[in-house]
Amino acid sequence: MYNQEKCKFSKTHEWAFVEGDTAVCGISDHAQHEISDIVFVELPKVGAKVEAGKSCAVIESVKSAADFYAPLSGEVIQVNENLNGNPALINQAPHGDGWIFKIKISNAKEEENLLSFDAYKATL
Amino acid sequence: MEKLIIEKSNGARAVVFNGAKTPETFLDKKYLRKNSPKLPELSELDIVRHFTNLSRLNFCLDTHFYPLGSCTMKYNPKSYDVLCSLENFTSIHPLTPADYTQGTLEIIYNFEKLLKEITGLNAWTLQPAAGAHGEFTGALIARAYHAKDKNRTEIIVPDTAHGTNPATAAMCGFKVVNIKSNARGRVDLEELKKVLGPKTAMVMLTLPNTAGLFEYDILEISKLVHAAGALLYMDGANLNALIGLVKPADMGVDIMHINLHKTFAAPHGGGGPGAGGVGVREELKDLLPLGRVSFDGKKYSLEIKNKKSIGQVKSFWGNVAIIIRAYAYLRQFDGKTLGEIAKNAVLNANYIRVKLKDYFPAFFDEVCMHECVFTTPKDMPSLKALYVAKRLLDLGFHAPTIYFPLIVPQALMVEPTETESKQTLDAFTRAMKQIFEEAKKDISILEHAPHKTEIGVIDEVLAAREPNLKW
Repeated sequence: MYNQEKCKFSKTHEWAFVEGDTAVCGISDHAQHEISDIVFVELPKVGAKVEAGKSCAVIESVKSAADFYAPLSGEVIQVNENLNGNPALINQAPHGDGWIFKIKISNAKEEENLLSFDAYKATL
Repeated sequence: MEKLIIEKSNGARAVVFNGAKTPETFLDKKYLRKNSPKLPELSELDIVRHFTNLSRLNFCLDTHFYPLGSCTMKYNPKSYDVLCSLENFTSIHPLTPADYTQGTLEIIYNFEKLLKEITGLNAWTLQPAAGAHGEFTGALIARAYHAKDKNRTEIIVPDTAHGTNPATAAMCGFKVVNIKSNARGRVDLEELKKVLGPKTAMVMLTLPNTAGLFEYDILEISKLVHAAGALLYMDGANLNALIGLVKPADMGVDIMHINLHKTFAAPHGGGGPGAGGVGVREELKDLLPLGRVSFDGKKYSLEIKNKKSIGQVKSFWGNVAIIIRAYAYLRQFDGKTLGEIAKNAVLNANYIRVKLKDYFPAFFDEVCMHECVFTTPKDMPSLKALYVAKRLLDLGFHAPTIYFPLIVPQALMVEPTETESKQTLDAFTRAMKQIFEEAKKDISILEHAPHKTEIGVIDEVLAAREPNLKW
C-alpha cells in the first residue's frame, strides 16, 4: 500500500509515493472513480524517460481514454505488469495493487510542485 | 433476438434454376474448391422476413428523434436521393473523358462557388471523404505552407475541439499542444498566448466548439495566430449554427472543412460515405489537392497538373452522390433562408436548454449555439448520464451523446437540429423530466434500463475486458 496521506499529487490526479530517489506512481481514488471501470492500460516501457506533466501512459475505460501525466520526471524502472491482465486493479486499489509504474527520479526539486493529500483534496 | 441468417439456414432454396447446368470453367481444376461454400440457404419468404424484421429493429431518424450531440442528425429530404440516383450521374465512370461528364463537373464547379459565397474562402476541394479526412487535408496544406520553416512543428488544439483535431495533427507529424478552456468554456487567451510562437504551424479551432458555444474572442484569436505567423484552421463540422449568418473568412479563418453530410443534409452514420470539403483563402489555393474542376468559359475540366499541390487525397472526385445531394440542398434556399435555418438550429437547442433548466442544468449556463451540453444535478450523485441515455431509449428517443466533451462531468450533449418540431422537442423534454422524477423516486428503474428494447443492459465492462466476438 502507498498510503495516500504520504503521497504527493498532481492537479491532474496522479500520485507519486517518493522513497529516496525513486517514486511509485498511480492515479488517485477520485480519478479512478471518475474514469469508472478501467478496461485497458497502456504502460510505458521500462527504461523510458518520462517528463513531469507530459503524457506517458493511457488509461481506458468504457467511457473514455485518459492520458496519464507523469507527476515527476525520471526513468521508468518497473511497470505494474499485472495491469495488463487485470486493469480493474486500479479501480479496486488505486493506492495499492493498482500502482502503475516506478521511476528513478531525475529532478528531486519537482516534488515541490506537487500537492500534499490535504491540498489535493481541497482542489476536488 | 433475431438469429443470424447463417444460424437460420435450413437447406431450402430461394431460387431454383430448372434444368440449368453449371457451365464449364476456364480455371485449372486444381484451383476449384472441393466442397460447396457454406452459404445460408433459406426460402425467399424466410429471407424476406429475416431482413424485414431486422429493419424493424432499426432505431433511426426516419422513426425517432435523434438528438445525438455533435452529429447533426437532421432530416435529409428524400428527393435528394432521387436526384443523385438519376442515371446521368450513376452511369458515368470516373475515368470517362471530361467531354462526357460536363454536367457532373458543372455541379462540382457551381457548388464550389456557393461554398465560396457562404464561407468567404476562395478555393475548395470536395475530395475528402469525411470531416476528419478534411482535417487531414487541411493539416497537409499547413505543412506544405510552412515547408520552408522547419521549426513550425506544433499544432495548438483547445480542449473544446473535436477529438479528431489532435488526432489529425499527430497523424500529420505535428506535435499537439493542448490548451485548457476558461471557466466559460471558451479559448483562454492567456493560455493561447503562452503557447503561440515561432513553433506554431496552425491553431485548430472547432467553431462553435464542442460545448456548443461561440468563441466571442475569435477576432482576437485570429489576430494573435496570424501575428505569430501561424494559420487558423476552423473545424466547420458545426457550420449549421453559423451558415448564412457569418462568413468564416471574415473571422480570420485560413483553412476550414465542412461536413456536407451534416450541414447540407446528406445522410450519414454507419461509417459513411461522407464528404468533408476543404476551403482555403487565395494564398493557399495552389496547395489544394489535385483534381479541382476548372472552367474556361466553354468547358469544364479536371486540373491534373499542379506542382505545388499536396497531391490527391482520394481517388477520383470524392463522394459525388453526397456532393449532388448537398448541392441540391443549397440550391433550394437563398442566403437569408440559410440564416433562418441556422437560427432555428440555435433556437431549438436553447428551447430545450431552458425547458430542462430545473431538471438537467446546462453545464455552461448561458445561451448556446446549435447544441447544449447538460449535466446531471449536483445533488443527485447516483444519477449517471449513462442511465439517462439508456432510459431515453425506453421512452422512444435516441440517446444523446454522453461523456463528451470531456471537460463536462456526466455530460449529456443534446443537438436537436433545425428540422424538429416544437411538439417533438416538448415530448423530449417531458421524457427528460420523467427520468428526473424516476431518479428521485427509485434509481433502480434507471440502473436497469433499457427495459423495452430488443437487448437490455449490456455489460460493457465485461465486453471490453473479455471481448468474445462472433458473427
